[in-house]
Order: sequence, then structure tokens, then C-alpha cells
Amino acid sequence: MPDHICIRVDGVEHRVGAGTSVAAALWNAGVRAFRVSPSGAPRAPACGMGTCFECRVTIDGRPDTLSCQTPCREGMEVRTAHEA
Amino acid sequence: MKRERTEVLVVGGGPAGLAAAEAAAGAGRSVMLLDDNPRLGGQLWRADVRDAQSPHGREVDGRRRRLAAAGVVVRMATTVIDAEAPTRLWAHCADELLHLHADRVVLASGARELLLPFPGWTRPGVFGVGGLQALVKAGLDVDGRRVVVAGTGPLLLAVASALRRKGAKIVHVLEQTSRARLARFGLGLWRTPSKLTQGLSLMLRGGALPLRAGAWPCEAHGDPTLRRVTVTDARGSTSTIECDLLACGFGLVPQTRLARLLSCEVDDGVVVDALQRTSVPNVFAAGELCGIGGHEKALVEGQIAGLAAAGQLRSARALAGSRRRALAFARRLARDFALRDALRRLVTDDTIVCRCEDVPWSHVRDHTDARHTKLTTRCGMGPCQGRVCQPALAYLLGHGPDRPRPPLRPVPLGVLAELRTTIEGTAR
Repeated sequence: MPDHICIRVDGVEHRVGAGTSVAAALWNAGVRAFRVSPSGAPRAPACGMGTCFECRVTIDGRPDTLSCQTPCREGMEVRTAHEA
Repeated sequence: MKRERTEVLVVGGGPAGLAAAEAAAGAGRSVMLLDDNPRLGGQLWRADVRDAQSPHGREVDGRRRRLAAAGVVVRMATTVIDAEAPTRLWAHCADELLHLHADRVVLASGARELLLPFPGWTRPGVFGVGGLQALVKAGLDVDGRRVVVAGTGPLLLAVASALRRKGAKIVHVLEQTSRARLARFGLGLWRTPSKLTQGLSLMLRGGALPLRAGAWPCEAHGDPTLRRVTVTDARGSTSTIECDLLACGFGLVPQTRLARLLSCEVDDGVVVDALQRTSVPNVFAAGELCGIGGHEKALVEGQIAGLAAAGQLRSARALAGSRRRALAFARRLARDFALRDALRRLVTDDTIVCRCEDVPWSHVRDHTDARHTKLTTRCGMGPCQGRVCQPALAYLLGHGPDRPRPPLRPVPLGVLAELRTTIEGTAR
């Protein structure tokens, strides 16, 4: 398994450690608005274990995917609320 | 849709589920184990993606190999969404609908963190304690970050020292319980030798962790990302500290949703007898969902449940002594880390209670039960299905949980349609 893989976050390429979850990769890349709440507030992961649904983003075209439950894969395309 | 048959179905791949699967397989049963996480180990044994040699990673690897050798079928990223009967469950995995038919079911769905609302708790940078720990193990970088760890329970010190090993600067560890109760808990550890060594090694490794008992966060400030936390205590004195991350968790709550869907009796957790049998025939439960007590309780309960589900009652009963000791520890945990009333008064009128739907405290505080709150305010109607706000409201207002409704987790419409068609087809 390679040490690093590349994913694209809102169109920008990021190098992340192999095995990193999408949530951790996005936070490390400086993303703070994973989703936007109904009243317009930015939200980021809280529970880290698939419970709170605050970390949901669009992964490879699939909306509302829990980024904390998804490991990064080479070439993955992630869209956050920032882009929506 | 795919149909699968097994003698023993274990739901949950943390310590309890792993122990149950191994025990049932060792007794010669065909076993299938499901977990909705991408990796085995649950929360307590979550592996660190940057450290293949971590003790938890090695423990889980060893157990995975033993399960494979015993022919246990392990299905990860698989979630039970509905039940046709207590031993006939519908599960969902990568858009595939699975119909699972077992003779016995062992529930080991664990616990989640109790996150309590206070002003600013929805800001990016505010996490659960186990939540931040899980994200760090999944690669979130805390090197050089100033972190406040707050809430209650032995998890606080464990997580604070783990974060420090990753380079975080621990500004404060705020434990809501009093110094006296904390001391009583510390003394009680002498009665559980393995817990004692665990606690001692924690303190030694932790060195001088800046622990403050009888204090808790009352507001998180930022623009909107977290920048500062205001801390208060029993005397009402407050101070505001700069930090980058706040990890705040007020203990754990059993995940009883599936057990309740199967009509198992539940009080503080799923009610079980000495053989881990629930009130529903052929359904067993083990670990944190029967009451919070840590991994030693989970392991012995899992072993008992696995043996009992396999019909090895004599071997299961032989573990009664270990189970009793683990339950005594669970009682001390509940007593010494009981939440103080002041935590009920952190919410203000405009504090968000339901994070999914942005429902503020002023909209929910006069409601008397979870169902009514949900129908009139949308609190609990979002994708988390009340997983965060319902336990918070149970604490703040004494609401009982709402009746669980399938699907137990959000699924794509196509899966829901397939489930519906299949159920109707079966009915005809």
C-alpha cells in the first residue's frame, strides 16, 4: 500500500496519508464548512463515529455521504458545502 | 436483494461483538458478524491509521485472524435497517439490500457519546471527546494545536494523554465531577487490578495533565470556527481561554435503537439476565448497550452471550464471577461520574438543540415527550434521526426515547423502494 494518495476537494488536489478518513483529510486541508445548516451556519464533524451526520459531504457524486465513515481512495472527488 | 442464512448473527464488531462471535464459532456454530464502520474494533479498539503497531490495532488484527480461521463471515460497512422478526433482519451494504435469517441474534451495538447543548457547541472545532479521538486515529492532525478536553469520565484523561502524544498542547482537562468523587473513583480502582494498572499507567504517561475537577465549559466562542472557551465551576466563577479545539463529551449512552425495534425491554440499557438473554426469545445483548462499563465488561458479556447463543450454557455460567466484578465497576462509574444539575442550565433560549434542523431550546423546552417535540418542532427529524438531540433532551427534560422507526439509518430511496417491494411480495 502506498504511503500517500491523492484526492480532490472542491476541485483542488490534496495529498493525504493512506488510510486517512475523508473527514480527517478535509479538516487537515482547512475545510470548516463540511455542510451548511438550515439557518446558514457552517458545520464540521462532531461525533467522529457516524452518529451526528454533521460531516456529510458529496463523495464521487454521492450526496450526504458520511465523511468520517469513508476512508480516502486514490482519485476520490469530494464536494463540500463550500462548493454547493 | 441477497438472502443469507447463519446460526448466530452478531450485530456490532467492537469488543463485545468480537468476543461473542469468537465464542459462538468456537462452540461450532456458523457465525456472521456485521458492523456499520469500515473497520473492526468498534470505538474502544479503533485502530490508528498512522500506527499499524498500536496495541488496539494488533488486538483487533489477532481477533480478525482467529475469526477468519473459525469461518466467521465478517461484513463491514453493513447496517441493519429494519426487522421482519427478531431473528430475520434487513441490512444495507453499498446499495445492496440483505435479508439475514439467523437462529439466534447477539446485539452488540455499543454506545455513543452524550453531547450536551451549550452556547456555541455547534461551532466547527467543537467535538465529542471520543469523537476527536476517533478523528485523530483516522488521521486528523492535532500537532501544535491547543486543545481543551472537557466533560466527564475516565475517557477524558485517556484521550488527553493520547492527543498529547500526537503533539497537541492540552490547555485544560475539565472534569465536571467534584474532586471528592474523582478521588473516591481513583481509590476504587484498587479493587480492580487491571483497571488499576490502566489508571496508573495513564497518570504516569499523562504526567502533569492540567486536570481541573468540578469545572465545565459554558460557552464556545468563534467567528464562527472555535477560538475561545468560557469555563465555569460550582462557585460560578468564569474564565475564558484561547484554544483551537474543544473535545467535550458527557459520558456514553447505550445504542438501544435496534433492540427497541425488536421489542427488547430497555431501561438504562437493554435488560438482560445472567446469560445475556434479552426479554425477546433468541435475542441476546452484550457490552455497552446493556449499560456503560468499559471493555472488560464488554468482553466477558460478549463471551457469555456467544456461548449462550451457541447453547453452551454451562461454559457461559462459569464466567459469572468476572461478569459480577465488571458490573460492580460499571456501578462505580455511574455513581462517581453522575452529571451535576448545573449542566442542565447551560442552554439559553437560542441555543440550537437539534443540530440537523437548527431547532433552538426555546422551541422545545415546554414539550413533554420526544414524539410531540418531533411532530411540532422538527427536533429529531433530520438525518441523525434524533441520535444527538434525543439523549440530550432525555437529560434536559426527562423525555423517554421516541419509538424507533425503520429504516434505522437513512438509505437511498432505491433501497427503501426495494425493501418495500420485497416486504409486500413476501406478504402476498
